[in-house]
Amino acid sequence: MSIRLTALAAALMLAGSVHAADKIKVGFVSTLSGPGAGLGVDIRDGFNLGIQHLGGKLGGLPADVLVADDQQNPDIAKQASDKLLKRDKVDFMTGIVFSNIMLAVGPAVFQNQTFYISANAGPSQYAGEQCNPFFFNVAWQNDNLHEAVGKVVQDKGFKNVMIVTPNYPGGKDAVSGFKRFYKGKTEEMYTKLGQLDYAAELAQIRAAKPDALFFFLPGGMGINFVKQFVAAGLSRDTQLFAPGFSADEDVIKAVGDPMMGMFNSSHWAHDMDNAENKRFVADFQKAYGRLPSLYASQGYDAALMMDAAVRDVKGNVADKKALQKALEAKRFKSVRGDFKFNSNHYPIQNYYLRVIGKDAQGRVTNKTMGTIFTNHADAYAAQCKMK
Amino acid sequence: MTQLVLEQALNGLQFGLMLFLLAAGLTLVFGIMDCINLAHGSLYMVGAYFVAAAAQAADSFWLGLGAGIAGTAVLGLLLELSLFRQLYRRDHLSQVLATFALILIANESVRLIWGPAPLLLNPPAALSGPVEIAGFFYPAYRLVIIGVGLVVAALLYLLVAKSRVGMWVRAGASNREMTEALGINVRGLFTAVFVFGAALCALAGGLLGPLLAVQVGMGESVLILAFVVIIIGGIGSIRGALVGALIVGTVDTLGRALLPTLLRATLPADAAATLGPALASILIYLLMAAILFFKPQGLFPARA
Repeated sequence: MSIRLTALAAALMLAGSVHAADKIKVGFVSTLSGPGAGLGVDIRDGFNLGIQHLGGKLGGLPADVLVADDQQNPDIAKQASDKLLKRDKVDFMTGIVFSNIMLAVGPAVFQNQTFYISANAGPSQYAGEQCNPFFFNVAWQNDNLHEAVGKVVQDKGFKNVMIVTPNYPGGKDAVSGFKRFYKGKTEEMYTKLGQLDYAAELAQIRAAKPDALFFFLPGGMGINFVKQFVAAGLSRDTQLFAPGFSADEDVIKAVGDPMMGMFNSSHWAHDMDNAENKRFVADFQKAYGRLPSLYASQGYDAALMMDAAVRDVKGNVADKKALQKALEAKRFKSVRGDFKFNSNHYPIQNYYLRVIGKDAQGRVTNKTMGTIFTNHADAYAAQCKMK
Repeated sequence: MTQLVLEQALNGLQFGLMLFLLAAGLTLVFGIMDCINLAHGSLYMVGAYFVAAAAQAADSFWLGLGAGIAGTAVLGLLLELSLFRQLYRRDHLSQVLATFALILIANESVRLIWGPAPLLLNPPAALSGPVEIAGFFYPAYRLVIIGVGLVVAALLYLLVAKSRVGMWVRAGASNREMTEALGINVRGLFTAVFVFGAALCALAGGLLGPLLAVQVGMGESVLILAFVVIIIGGIGSIRGALVGALIVGTVDTLGRALLPTLLRATLPADAAATLGPALASILIYLLMAAILFFKPQGLFPARA
């Protein structure tokens, strides 16, 4: 009896894996409250716009997006994602902003053989030795944008650079990424994560007289730093550089004019000239009343990526091998233009230099200046032995 | 180096004066009414939100500041009449529990009304740049904060040390029963002091809003420092609060800037950067421990 039952169950399971799913469930865990909320909200809005452009479907099947807030807390993120994996049995996971949270959630997702399409967090661990067939990053590897700034600062001939970053793993990645391409003298200053008053640091910068300053302070930290930096009159002698994270629309909206003249790096810009991007930027503004940030573009791309892969496997998402091949093939048109995936499932793509200034309508916003890297890969791919 | 020390001294003064605004209200409520008010930091947060919301509505920072202070004072009045009156006669545990509940209520209410993202509060445009003093540039807005802080401190000193109301307040702080026996309306005095403390919270929150961020939970971290200040200064003493606040502000700021510089000479950069701020924040508590050891009543005890 029991053998027969088991056989029946096995047969049913096999049958299930051949037939296409009737809908695609996506678990979206992201930082939607607290000082880092702006980033998660942008990814969510971009992702939702993507689903909307696809007619509420992923690969022709109805999309069901389950959203949860991780409050920038790895424990809460872990609980939320465990529920999505075990109870809701989602087909894809996405949304996490911060790398420390990604590293906490990752093992359970991979164990469950669920594909994670990261729309932001790109930790070096998952790019190198711990790379995983179930992990894809549609944005970048953490170091990339810092590497691009390092290259620019080196090429512009700056000799004495001060680096300001929070004292946490992401901050240290920023320093190593920057120094991989900038070879001059540096002085590093580490602040507390979540610090808001930079008076003491600014006094030290004034005393050190660097000719350029590179800072990586995501979210509210960067907003306060730039405001206080300009109010202290330091912008007259010191050129500011930052990765795109610290100089996108979320920060510009809060700081305004003092951001003018700041150089930053990005893999995407809202003024990029391609049909997909124009539609994305226009519709994002129509839907949410603000310009999209790079985070929003990454969320949008994540939705398109899932859509193309599900279509490729004709809705049969239970065939993991085929789905992985379909994701690797990258058959969607990204708003950043063309790119492809490296062997470690991270993008090989161009990085651009942007400067903040006034556009034709008098808005303070980013303007693309040129290309820093062409088809740039991350430094960890060689250590990845993808199974 | 002298320039660095001078600039840090100004930063310390600015930080200390803002701490004083918070500690002044806290020390009076604690000293006179013998009531531990953990929700003092929430008044600071709510004050900052009121100022930010009013400044956005009126499109003027100063109008917003005035309206926000008035709004917080009214809120303080309602709180005193409805809740705190019932708490004065209870023991400290009830007070701690009730005011802790207030913190949670305040945080969630603010989240409901204004959302989880920080509110934007910009300083007046004329003050957003730097001014040159003694050969270096210093943010004009921080100078204004120092100026306002000094004026308020001076007014408060005159009020408490020279006026009749101030005499009642001091008398209430040193011996409540005797003051009541002399026919002073202590109940009315309590209300006035509480409302005044709430207004000072809103002033500090509104002034610091453009420098920091108007966000949920901003009151808790500053509340701990305010308690350190009143313990150093002596509970119930305005003079103690001022001296304590300036000491804490200066020690924290100078320590944060100078310790990493000194440590960097001997240690690797990231170790120095980790150790520096940690040591600087320990300094404050070391100072508090030393003062509790040598002068358990604080520097200027109200009940001498």
